[in-house]
Amino acid sequence: MQRYEPVIGLEIHVQLATQSKLFCGDPVQFGAAPNTLVSPISLAYPGTLPRINQQAVESAVQLGLAFGCGIAPISYFARKHYFYPDLPRGYQTSQHTHPICAGGAIQIKEETRNLSFALNRIHLEDDAGKSIHDLYEDATCIDLNRAGTALLEIVTEPVIYNAEHAAAVVAEIRKMVRWLGIGDGNMEAGNLRCDANISLRLAGTKELGTKVEVKNLNSIRFVKKAIEFEIERMEKMLERGEKIQQQTRSFNASNFTTFATREKEEAHDYRYFPDPDLPPIRITQERLNAIQSSMPALPSEITSILQTKYSLSEYDAEQITQDKTEWQFFLATANICANYKSIANWMLGPIRQWRNEKNNEEENMLQPAQLAELIELVESGTVSFTIAAQKIFPIMITGSQSALQIAEEGGWLQEKDTQQLETWVNEVLAAMPEQVAAYKKGKKGLIGVFVGEVKKRSRGKADLKWVTTYLEQQLTSTK
Amino acid sequence: MESFQSIAAYHQALAQGATTILQTTEAYLNRIQQYKAMNAYVEVFEQEALEQAIQQDQLIQSGTPLLPLQGVIVGIKDVLHYKGKAVTAASKMLAGYKATYHATAVERLLAAGAIIIGRQNCDEFAMGSSNEHSVYGPAQHPQYSDRVPGGSSGGSAAAVAANLCMVSLGSDTGGSVRQPADFCGIVGLKPSYGRVSRHGLIAYASSFDQIGIFSRTIEDAALLLQIIAGEDEWDSTVASWSVPNYVEELQQLKLDQKRKVAYIGSAVHHPSLDPAIKASFLKACSEFKALGHIVEEVHFPLLDYIVPTYYILTTAEASSNLSRYDGVRYGYRSQAPMPELSDLYVKSRSEGFGKEVQRRILLGTYVLSSGYYDAYFSKAQQVRRLLLNQVTDIFKNYDAIWMPTVPAPAWKMGEKSENPTDMYLADIFTVLANLTGLPAISLPLFKHGSGLPFGLQVMTNRGEELSLLSISSQLMAQMQR
Repeated sequence: MQRYEPVIGLEIHVQLATQSKLFCGDPVQFGAAPNTLVSPISLAYPGTLPRINQQAVESAVQLGLAFGCGIAPISYFARKHYFYPDLPRGYQTSQHTHPICAGGAIQIKEETRNLSFALNRIHLEDDAGKSIHDLYEDATCIDLNRAGTALLEIVTEPVIYNAEHAAAVVAEIRKMVRWLGIGDGNMEAGNLRCDANISLRLAGTKELGTKVEVKNLNSIRFVKKAIEFEIERMEKMLERGEKIQQQTRSFNASNFTTFATREKEEAHDYRYFPDPDLPPIRITQERLNAIQSSMPALPSEITSILQTKYSLSEYDAEQITQDKTEWQFFLATANICANYKSIANWMLGPIRQWRNEKNNEEENMLQPAQLAELIELVESGTVSFTIAAQKIFPIMITGSQSALQIAEEGGWLQEKDTQQLETWVNEVLAAMPEQVAAYKKGKKGLIGVFVGEVKKRSRGKADLKWVTTYLEQQLTSTK
Repeated sequence: MESFQSIAAYHQALAQGATTILQTTEAYLNRIQQYKAMNAYVEVFEQEALEQAIQQDQLIQSGTPLLPLQGVIVGIKDVLHYKGKAVTAASKMLAGYKATYHATAVERLLAAGAIIIGRQNCDEFAMGSSNEHSVYGPAQHPQYSDRVPGGSSGGSAAAVAANLCMVSLGSDTGGSVRQPADFCGIVGLKPSYGRVSRHGLIAYASSFDQIGIFSRTIEDAALLLQIIAGEDEWDSTVASWSVPNYVEELQQLKLDQKRKVAYIGSAVHHPSLDPAIKASFLKACSEFKALGHIVEEVHFPLLDYIVPTYYILTTAEASSNLSRYDGVRYGYRSQAPMPELSDLYVKSRSEGFGKEVQRRILLGTYVLSSGYYDAYFSKAQQVRRLLLNQVTDIFKNYDAIWMPTVPAPAWKMGEKSENPTDMYLADIFTVLANLTGLPAISLPLFKHGSGLPFGLQVMTNRGEELSLLSISSQLMAQMQR
């Protein structure tokens, strides 16, 4: 048993895909020229006041419902004060004391175990602008396009005990954000950022140790790597009898280590107080019902539908519900093709492999009808699965030709002429007398070798189902 | 120059062709020039005013019916945004800063045909009761140049009293409209919190600030309120109450309608209250009673807590609201060397803000600091809640609450500037309305033995401006008989 037990809590910031900012109508866009998405409100000009973006409120409630949080009938905004050039008002507007969602949990499946990680809260807040320090030697540039963008902060309880689970929690949050369509969850672009609070305690004890916070982890792999590094670093410190300092640390992605950014926790006094410019957010039962009914069915529901209605395995069902577009693609294909298992096999096999090869950069242009056609061609024995997956599919996805056209032009239609097939079989049997003898003595596994030889001879075109049956016939009937 | 009794009288003169808007505007511009020493205006928008006057006259000549405020000469306190014009809150911090948009109230005035003739002096960031804390120097009392006109909207009050505009807009966070109106002998109306949009009003304390109106008659105040009140997409703290037609309602008012009035005993018997003000106040009460109204003294035990409560909460909000003035995006930035980022803030803010503003930022920062928050800010919020409960209880039995507006009339310049707490305590009767969000008005009813004017303050329940204006009309009519 390990001597120390790590305890991890996560704070995850999700940028919401609202059209405008949290408190004003300025558009939210990535990559616009600096300081072009700023109105007097974003710039905190005198006399300007905030207005709450209702789409952001609804996004928060949706995520809260998805994770089983309690939705507060009334929640408040508070101001968090600090001076920084990219924070125009001199305070961030957040929900310090009365978050819109409280409690709830993230459910993770680990092999056959269902794990649940309690959430503390989900709250709304606005983002700061960006300070660019490396553009000029003697100046810092401020870009306020991001200032005021709507964020959700998701805070877990300190109930995660290893790096894998922490990474899985982040992955689950990202999946849900995307599923609900409330954000793009793009960690590289900073649209989903994770801070991890990590502490160690002697195994079996209750009291939490001194924590360090690793900030701004921008990939799921880095979440895992940073936590692993921290656990090891702190373990070694404790073994040497050193005291852990409460610290804020950053992750170095080039060597998977962390380094202290604020050695001593600075005495920050944010002077939180309720924002007098913003009325409380009220979520009536009626509004809650309306938001709930506007939500898509959640992955867990879809998983069970896939198993019951479409008879998929649990594994396949879970794979397809990793991403809403996958589920939608499955559904659209299933509406025109009753071979559900084949749809799943195609999606999780050739299609996924192709996308991985393309690093997910290329949009999947395969249409449900095209997949249905491919499946039909294989089912009817017109082409083999291997030909369909390796030859026809890559051409189909980049062009507009039908599967059949491609198969015809490529000369990949299965040979169904029984005379031709019989000739190939007989040629193979004639060429392999020793194996035929061995087969007849009971080495039935050799049938695969014969089939393979026929396939080779036919250059992949032989209808192998027919060939197998015919081979078996030939081998048993002749003496 | 010809002086009009009211906007209605002015509009009648226009309709009869007895005057033109251009003539009137020119006369006001001349008069402003003539009374420059009063320092009521910090900038006069002469060019625009004349251009608008000519346009407005053309509209009249073409037979277009008069807009509700057509050609009305309005001044605005230097905390209200008028697009393209400087707006500085009388602070070095905003020297040279120009409004990029119209305040909602200003936009509505302009749409109703008003001519905005200039921006008016005030205490820096509306913090003060004397108009002595202004980067432009103090404004003078309209009758006694060695006295203060009150504050913070001192210039706006003095301008209306001296007929340097017909009406003006100020802002009232703790009495900044009612107190100078009282000092200068005019009507000063602070609407309910949430009645008028604060969009484009430079914030002092968000949950207290309200744009207010200076006028010489109740009717003019009612007319302006009708124009500027009501919901606004830019300010989510504006209440969704409908806006009555105050002017018409007042015209139909029956002056003998019986009212139930409460006056706060602890205010009238307060040791700080000037005996002459007390006597006049009680005399008005008994005269009103003699007309068949009910006027009764009520118990209000929390009076002595309201000034500390007010200063804790407003300075807390101010410390937050003013943190945007950091020298980064606009406004004053120190030219001193800045080896550290913190120097940008420390130096720009120390040099850009005046003493009183810095005092209040520091106070507010202190009461919000961890370790003090519960003792000060939370406690003050609780008192605010109790005050609201108490006034709500009073309104269960009464239509209005009366109090003196101020404990003493206009003081001499410099008299209180070295003792800020003395000045704070003079707000004792006005801050209650801001703490509880009530509409309140100061009515110019009395003259002190020294010749200084002073007023009486009427408050009604939140959202009940119509009742406030009606009772005020009845009281004015009675006192003028």
